[in-house]
Order: sequence, then structure tokens, then C-alpha cells
Amino acid sequence: MFGKLTLEAIPTDPIIMTTIAGIVVGGLALMAAITYFKKWGYLWTEWITSIDHKKLGIMYFLVALVMLLRGFADAIMMRSQQMMASGGAEGFLPPSHYDQIFTAHGVIMIFFVAMPMVIGLMNLVVPLQIGARDVAFPFLNNLSFWLFAAGVILVNVSLFAGEFAKTGWLAYAPLSGKEYSPGVGVDYWIWALQISGIGTTLTGINFFVTIIKMRTKGMSMFRMPIFTWTSLCANVLIIASFPILTATIALLTLDRYLGMNFFTTDLGGNMMMYVNLIWAWGHPEVYILILPAFGVFSEVISTFARKRLFGYGTMVWATIAITILSFIVWLHHFFTMGAGANVNAFFGIMTMIIAIPTGVKIFNWLFTMYRGRLEFTSPVLWTLGFIITFSLGGMTGVMLSIPAANFVLHNSLFVIAHFHNVIIGGVVFGMLAGLTFWFPKAFGFTLNEKWGKRSFWCWLIGFYVAFTPLYVLSFFGAVRRMQSYENGDWQPLMIVAWVGAVIIAAGIACTLIQFYVSIRDRKQNQDVTGDPWGARTLEWATSSPAPFYNFAHLPEVEGVDDFWRMKERNGGVAPLSEAPYQDIHMPKNTWEGPVLGGLSTVFGFALVWHIWWLAIVGGIGMFAVFMARIFREDVDYYVPAAEVERIESEHRRRVEADASSSTHATQAGGQA
Amino acid sequence: MYRTPPLRKLGVLLLAVLPLVLAGCSSALLDPKGQIGEEQRTLIFTSFGLMQIVVIPVIVMTLLFAWRYRSSNREASYRPDWHHSTLVEAVVWFIPCVIIVFLAALTWYTSHSLDPHKPIAPNEEQQEPIEIQAVSLDWKWLFIYPEQGIATVNELAFPEDTPVRFRVSSGSVMNAFFIPRLGSQIYAMAGMDNDVHLVADEPGVYAGRSTNYSGAGFADMTFDAHVGTEEDFESWVAEVRESSQALTYPARYDELAAPSVDNEVEYFSEVSPSLYESIIKSFQAGGDHEQRMAEYADSYAEGFGHGGHGPAHSDDGHDESAESHGESMSAEAAE
Amino acid sequence: MSTDTLSNQDDHAHEHDHHDTSGTKLFGFWVYLMSDLVIFGSLFATYAVLLRGTADGPTGAEIFELPLILISTFLLLVSSFTYGMAVLAMNADRVAQVKTWLGVTFLLGAGFIGLEAYEFNHLIHLGYGPDRSAFLSAFFTLVGTHGLHVIFGLIWILVMLIQVQTKGLTDMTRPRIMCLSLFWHFLDIVWICVFSFVYLMGVL
Repeated sequence: MFGKLTLEAIPTDPIIMTTIAGIVVGGLALMAAITYFKKWGYLWTEWITSIDHKKLGIMYFLVALVMLLRGFADAIMMRSQQMMASGGAEGFLPPSHYDQIFTAHGVIMIFFVAMPMVIGLMNLVVPLQIGARDVAFPFLNNLSFWLFAAGVILVNVSLFAGEFAKTGWLAYAPLSGKEYSPGVGVDYWIWALQISGIGTTLTGINFFVTIIKMRTKGMSMFRMPIFTWTSLCANVLIIASFPILTATIALLTLDRYLGMNFFTTDLGGNMMMYVNLIWAWGHPEVYILILPAFGVFSEVISTFARKRLFGYGTMVWATIAITILSFIVWLHHFFTMGAGANVNAFFGIMTMIIAIPTGVKIFNWLFTMYRGRLEFTSPVLWTLGFIITFSLGGMTGVMLSIPAANFVLHNSLFVIAHFHNVIIGGVVFGMLAGLTFWFPKAFGFTLNEKWGKRSFWCWLIGFYVAFTPLYVLSFFGAVRRMQSYENGDWQPLMIVAWVGAVIIAAGIACTLIQFYVSIRDRKQNQDVTGDPWGARTLEWATSSPAPFYNFAHLPEVEGVDDFWRMKERNGGVAPLSEAPYQDIHMPKNTWEGPVLGGLSTVFGFALVWHIWWLAIVGGIGMFAVFMARIFREDVDYYVPAAEVERIESEHRRRVEADASSSTHATQAGGQA
Repeated sequence: MYRTPPLRKLGVLLLAVLPLVLAGCSSALLDPKGQIGEEQRTLIFTSFGLMQIVVIPVIVMTLLFAWRYRSSNREASYRPDWHHSTLVEAVVWFIPCVIIVFLAALTWYTSHSLDPHKPIAPNEEQQEPIEIQAVSLDWKWLFIYPEQGIATVNELAFPEDTPVRFRVSSGSVMNAFFIPRLGSQIYAMAGMDNDVHLVADEPGVYAGRSTNYSGAGFADMTFDAHVGTEEDFESWVAEVRESSQALTYPARYDELAAPSVDNEVEYFSEVSPSLYESIIKSFQAGGDHEQRMAEYADSYAEGFGHGGHGPAHSDDGHDESAESHGESMSAEAAE
Repeated sequence: MSTDTLSNQDDHAHEHDHHDTSGTKLFGFWVYLMSDLVIFGSLFATYAVLLRGTADGPTGAEIFELPLILISTFLLLVSSFTYGMAVLAMNADRVAQVKTWLGVTFLLGAGFIGLEAYEFNHLIHLGYGPDRSAFLSAFFTLVGTHGLHVIFGLIWILVMLIQVQTKGLTDMTRPRIMCLSLFWHFLDIVWICVFSFVYLMGVL
């Protein structure tokens, strides 16, 4: 009846039990609160079924922040374990638990923290930046989110029922094959990634089409904001690489479920094929994460230096070069497999060539500051921290890319330190900068700067304290994924690394406090103009939070940073939209997206536990809902011009009231 | 006049690197004991140094520009529309390009000169090369000495100044064979015959381990490599030969291959001829691997499938698994 | 998946009419096909790598029955032609003809699937199932993935038959018929690659 699922699947480990209890109690309390305040209807109509890209972006970010807490809890446990388990001591986590934790940490941080942050930011910003009313396929956008959510749920369910993979985040075969990983952990990994990965592919297609087809009048490709450019390239990478992940996971699934022999050690299987395929996706993946972060830094630095981005064209071409190169470097993740010297040298050199466009970008940011008027807001601090940290991370990356050096650095803590160096220094800093920068666009008030800066300093210092010791340890021969180690000399540095992790924890706490304080003080931090920073691109041309139709009149663009030009022509203030208004064509909300997401969760869970009847029910359910969607015709409607006028005039009144009561020093006119 | 903060930052950075420098004498990679490791250390230093040509200016410029062009500094020039300079762009493309050209040449050269598959030609001071076969098992290392006809578990010995060709394979999942003080690591993969050539210049006991995560017992998958004089090695071989154990294939090997954690050092005075080749072949078609795999899977599932840890040498359940495998075996019979 | 999408611009919105809904849908569907192509590319690459992983089991030359494959190839190629006729009929607003040609295409596609099912069943019966060797795993998966796509296409044809019947040729059904057309021809092209790369080269 329930396949492999029995009561024994519920873990008895005290750490896990406590976590489960906490989550259950917290979840029940949350649901009780929603019921008490009668908010279910509101949640359903305004959020869950929403096709509004801005709301989806906010939901992506919300989930990402929750998962950041879980992923970071894993990190703290790992650092604590390695701090304790020295010189014969076993620490507090047995291998079976520790191995799940480092796997979960990697999977969660990449798939369920970094990806949703990047995709969330694209959702929030890209349609506004290109002057569009929505994305090309709003229903698919909602569906993407719920497929992603299904993956998140599956990963978290693995805490309650069964186990997670003990294979490392990429589940290398043959360790992930059924002989060596007979439990359900790898199956959770498979279905969580497969379902959310399909959502990601749909997002990639959606945003690619949106950017290509839905730019407002006058916005040629080379007038697009850099964040849109980097998003475009990231989406090209998603479209070209995520199908490889889908195929690879599907093959592993066939190995595990139908006894096929793609990656088995025997019957002709080839484990090297798995490693090649997974990195053919995996390397572009890291650029999917970092390119949009580059875009954020470009927007932030030109906004707060009050100066046009230096070398726009070079920036674009460098981004395109990185996009292309990222597909021909995957082998550098396994030089030690022992391919020939020519092959290794080729991939090594291709890898270091990526350093050229990346270096150019860094110099472009530097020369954007040059002759500017830099304001040290928290997004700028994140950017400065990024430039320095990322340069160091890039340097260690180039060292790793030299095959002969890689033969001693591979699989060591050097690799761990390197990719945290670029992912924390690049992606995390970028996403937190982007969050601070665009938060007012989403909510209509700015985030508290004091706590934002505290968060930055904690993250920056915490990063160096946590990861410099790992660089050093790698030279002593310390490798990744060790549950314990004999050499007691390593312990002092492990303790330092633990302290670093705690400092980062303080940084995360600062961010949470920042949210609390900012929401509490939202009246003082309110921004009614829609342009709190005196920024340059179109997303700031509409009110904050942007109306659901984004722009009452779609703007027309004549150059790069056109909103800046509009303000200059209008005496330093943003021009407000004028009557007459027209009816606006908008998509309707969808119940199909969340229901499909829910059913795919059931489907995945059933397959994990081999509950075949439930999988069939889930599959048929998905098919039926999909058919219902296909046969539905009332998918869109018109917002009457009178309604647009009402919303817009209300916005005008607020702006005028605000302008008479206070003056905004940050307005572009004040600078010019 | 804006020097103090950047300098202070640099000082902090230097301080961060200091442990690395101080640790040089006891660090495995910075104090290598073999020719391969030495060349790799030089390579790491060279590439690190070359990249400082970009990294240091970037850090200095970041701090300098940020401070100089801060919004409160009204003395600095402000040119909001200055966004292009052919000269600057040419320079910022040119310098990274030049460095990468150097690094690429270095990469090409060292990829060949330090290719792990390349035999080390012995110089005047060095002996003729020897061969040792290393097989990663769950979770221990089996070392086979084909010339001496002996084998060991989790202990390695070879004479100094003697190039060693390690042939590396796996009887289980993927691992990597690595002795940090000597240089290059290489993956151990089932059914595949990989190799790495290393040499030790001075005697000592060097820690070795698997670097590629392979499951529950991975952390303890370590061994010591004893490097001594030719005589030391001979006496070590003699000691191994005194062992009463013989490593027969498949009987004793299968026993050994069953998962175990933190395995003790074991000596085998006798070894089935061509054991290494047999292990590789067992994963290829026609081998007896499928049958043994089923048995292995059972013992594995009992011992490690659901979070338990501890060696499993159970013989239970073999019959059942043999039966269930009978179905797929019949496929072969149908040919 | 991209059939039921919606663009925020359509014929009634007079601002910036250069984004037409059906154009966006078709373009989106093209992009989807490209990503699907990457899946097939990965499977082809896997097949190429595992071609020799026969594990003492049969090789392609020993199990492929070219006459059968030629018939199914013929069925699929003709079905592409008949689908083309359906599109021509749609452009000429001939609803009855559209339905007829869609019906013929469905039958041809179903015949193709029938033959494939026979081939697979036959092989499994001989003991050459996908679990026999890596080569057979790769073969079954590559050909089977194409087959699954064709089955999906058949369901889609049925859906379009119903929608053309109930709704006629509308702004909703027309772009869907065009997308399905792209899909169907795409499967044809993939099949030609399968046929030459797997069957022909396997037998030669």
C-alpha cells in the first residue's frame, strides 16, 4: 500500500527530531494564524494563484530566504562537526548524518537559495526594466514557481520521512546507483531536482522570449539595461544547459528504477559519462548564478556613482563571451580523471580565458566609480566587497584551472574555499545588494541602512575568517567531505573557520533584524516617488510598489539609461503619466499552476517511496489539470481605462503631497 | 593622502596569508618530498605571483577610487557622462590577455611535463622504476606488489629515489589516490586502469588518503606511505612475507572487499596471480561481477543502507538475491 | 506546454502592436524545441559513448530489423506531409479538411508507435531488454524518448481535433496547430537522426 514507506522511515536522531518538532509547531502556528485572521482567501487570490511577475519574484525570494536558514543550519553543523572531530574524536554527527548534511547543504544552497534569488530578482526587475506589462507566458511563470516549490517541499520532506542523499550535491555515479545507495535519499534528490529543474527550464524559455519579444518601443538590444543583458545570457544558459541536467537525472532514474546500466560499474555502464554530463550542466549553472549578480553590481555602481556605466558595450560583449566560454570548460572539474595532457591543457586554457572578460568587467566597474560621486549605501558596500573578494576568488579559480596544479588542489578544501569565495563574494553579495536595491520597488519603502551595513560587515569579515583557514588547510592535505580527521594540527584552523561561520550567522541575523526594523519603520522609509535612489533605468519610472499593470503608458526609449534622460529633460523629476488612459489587457490568475505544483509533489513523493498507485493518481491528476488549462478560454481580461486613471491619479496625489512636504535630496536633479 | 585605509586593508590581507607562510615548513603541499610535488609547488607559486599583477592593482584601485570619488568629496572631478575611453578599454583588455597568454603557455607546458601518466625517467641518482597497484575498496586501500607477489591493506612502502608507477583502480565506487607530499592524485574507477607516476626524494612516513568522497567510511580511508632506503624496503617486504594470510581470488578478496570502516593494516604473503587484472575484469562483461555485486549489495544494505555504521560481513540473504538475479541471468542464457 | 500561454499584447491592445500574441507563442515554442533538442543531444552523446558497452550482449547489427524500421520511417515521413496538408487547409480556412488531415496524421503516428512497441516487446522477449547492457539501455532510452514525444504529439493531435470541432479555427486554436506542426516536423527530423545514426550505422 505504501511502497517502501513504513513508520521506521521517521528518523529518531535527536537533532532531527527537535528540528521536526520545531517545524511542525511553527507550521501549525502559522496556519492557525492565517486561519484566525481569515487570510486564506487573500493568500489564494493575491499570491498563490497570482501571475504577477513582481509577486512571483517576492515569493521566490521569500522561499530562498527560508531555505537559506536551513542551508546555513547545515553549514553551522558541518563547521561544528569538523571543529570537534579531530584526532580520533567522532564529533556529534555520525557519517550517515554528516554525509546527508553536506549533500543537503550543497543542494539547498545552489538549487533552493541561489537559483530562486536569481530567478526572483529577474522576475521582479526584468519586465519593468524593458518596459513590459508582464512576461511572455504568465501562466508558465506561475507554474515554474510552483514546480520549484514542489522541489523545495520534497527536499524538506526528506527530513521527516526517510533520509536525504549521502552522495555529495552532484550525486556522482556509481555511488548514487542503487547498489551503493539503496535508501531513498538519492530518490529524494532525483525528484526534487528533476521537478524544480523543469520549472527552471520553463523560466529560462519564458524570460528569453520576454526579453527578445516584449521590449518597449525604442529599446533595441544595445539599449537594454545591463541587468537585463546578464539575465538574457543567464536564460540562454538555462535553456541550453538545464535540459542536460534533466536528461542526466532521467538516466540515473532509469538506472535506479528500471535496472538500466548507464552509469553502473558493470554491464558496460560508464560512470565517467555521468561526471561529464553532470558538469556539462554544472559549469554553465555557476554562470547562471553569477551573471545576474554581475548585472546587479552594474546597476548599483552606476546608480550610486551617479554616472553612466563605463564601457557598456564592452560589458555586454564580455557577458556574451563568458556565456559562450562557459560551455567549453566543464572538464576542469575532473582533470584528475586522467584524460590525456592535451585534453586537460585545452580545458585548462579555456577556463583561464574566462578570466579575461571577467577581469574586463571588474575594471569597468572600477572606472564607473572613477570621476563619479559614490554614495556609500549598503548596496555599494556589497559591490565593493564583491570586487575585492571576487578578484581573490577568481585568482584561486585560475590556479585550480591549471591541470598540473589541480592535481594537488583538487578535492581539497582549496576547492571549497574557492567556490565559496566566488559564490558568497559574487552571488550572495550580489543578491543581497539587489534585494536592498530593488526592495523599495517591490514594497514601496526602503530597507534600514544601518542593519544592512551591519549585515555586510558580518558577511565580509565572516567570509574571510571562515574560508581563509580552509585555503590554508588545503595545503596541509585536508580534503573535502571529511566527517572526521586524524591530524590534530588542523583543529585550531577548523575552530577559526567555525568562528567565521558564526560571524556569518550574525550577518544573517542582521538581515532578519533589518527586515523587522524596516517593516516597523515603513512609514518613515516610505518612498512615494517610485525612484528612491535617483536611478537610471525604467523600473524606477513607475510607482512603488508598481501597479499590477506596471506602466499606465508603456514608455518609449531613446538610449541607454533612458529614465535618467527623461528626468533631466523634465527638470530633474520623473515625468508622471498623463490621461488619456486606455484599457489594459492583462492575464487572469490561475489555479492550475499551484495545483499542478501540488500534484507533482505528490507524484515525486510517491515515486521516492515506490508507492505506484499514488504516482499514477498524481500523474493522471496532472494530466487532467493540464487538459483543464488547455481547454480554458477566459485566461485574460481588460483593465478599464477608468480604473487605470483612478490608480494613476491616486499615485499623482501622493507624489504631490510628498513633494510639498519634503524635498528629496537624492533626486537626480539635485546632482545635475 | 588617502593611503592609510588601503594600507591597513593590505596589512590585514597579509596577516591572513601569514599562517600560510609560517606553516610552509610543515605543510604538505608547500614542503613536498618528491620531484613531482616540488614542480607543482613551483607552479602554484608562479601562477599566484603572476596573477598579483592584476589582483593587487584591482584591490588598490577599488579602495582608492571608492574613497577618492566618495560623494562628500567635492574636490574630486565629477563627469556623469564619461563612460568611454578607448585607451582605458584597450589597457584593461590587454593586460589580462597578456597574463593569460603567459599562464596558458605555462599550462600547456606543465600539463605535459607533469602529466600523471608520464613515466618518470630515472636520473643518475635514481633506481629503476617499480610498479605498485592500488585498489580502492569500501573503505580501505588494497596495495598489490606484482613484482614481489605480496599485498597489503592501508599501508604502503617503497624505496626512496625510485620512481613508482601506481596503477590505480577501484573495486567499488570512485575514489582518488593521493599522497599530498609527493604530488598528483588520480581517480580510482571500477573497471578502469588508471595510473600516476610519483617519486620520493627522502625517507619518511607520508600520509595518504582517498580524496574523492565515497560513502560512509570515507573519512578514515587513509594510509601511511613508508619511504626508506632500499634495505628498509627489503626488510619490509620480508616482514609482509611472514604473514600467514594469502589473498586468493575471488574467495579472500570478496571477504576483503566487503564494506568496513577504519580497516587495520593487513599483510598478505601471497597473492593470486594477476589479481589486479582480475578485479578490473570483474566489472567487464563476462566477469563474475554481477553475481558478486548482488551479494555485495546485500551486505552493504545491511551495514550501511540506513544509517548504521560498522562492518558487515553477513552471509545471510545471499540465496535470495541470487534467485532474484536469476531472472536477469536468464537473459544471458537466451543468447 | 507552451501551447496555452498568453501574451499581454494582442490585436485589441492598440499600444505597441508590434508584439503579436501568436508570434510570441511560436517563437517561445521554437525556443522550447531547442531545449528539447539539447535533451536529444545528450541522449545521442550517451548512446555514442555506450555503443560498445554491450557486455557480451547483442550489438545493434544483431538485433536491428531494418525492413521494420524502414516502414516506420516511411509512416512518420508521410505523417509530416499529411500534417503539412492540415496546415495548408487551416490557412485556407477549411475546417473539415483540417480535421481529416489531422486524423490521417494521427493514424500514421499511431502506426509508428505500434511498430515501435512491437520492436521493443520483441527485443525484451528475446532477453534483450534495457537492463541487459549499457548499449541496450542507451538504445531503448534514445528511441523510447522519441517514441514518448510522438505519443505526446498524438495526444496533442486528439486535443486539437476536439478543439477544432468545438471551437473552430480561432485565435486560440490556430497558433496551437502551428506549434504542433513545428513539434511534429521536429520529431521527424529527430527520427531521421535516430534512423541514420542508430539503425543505419548500427547495421552497416
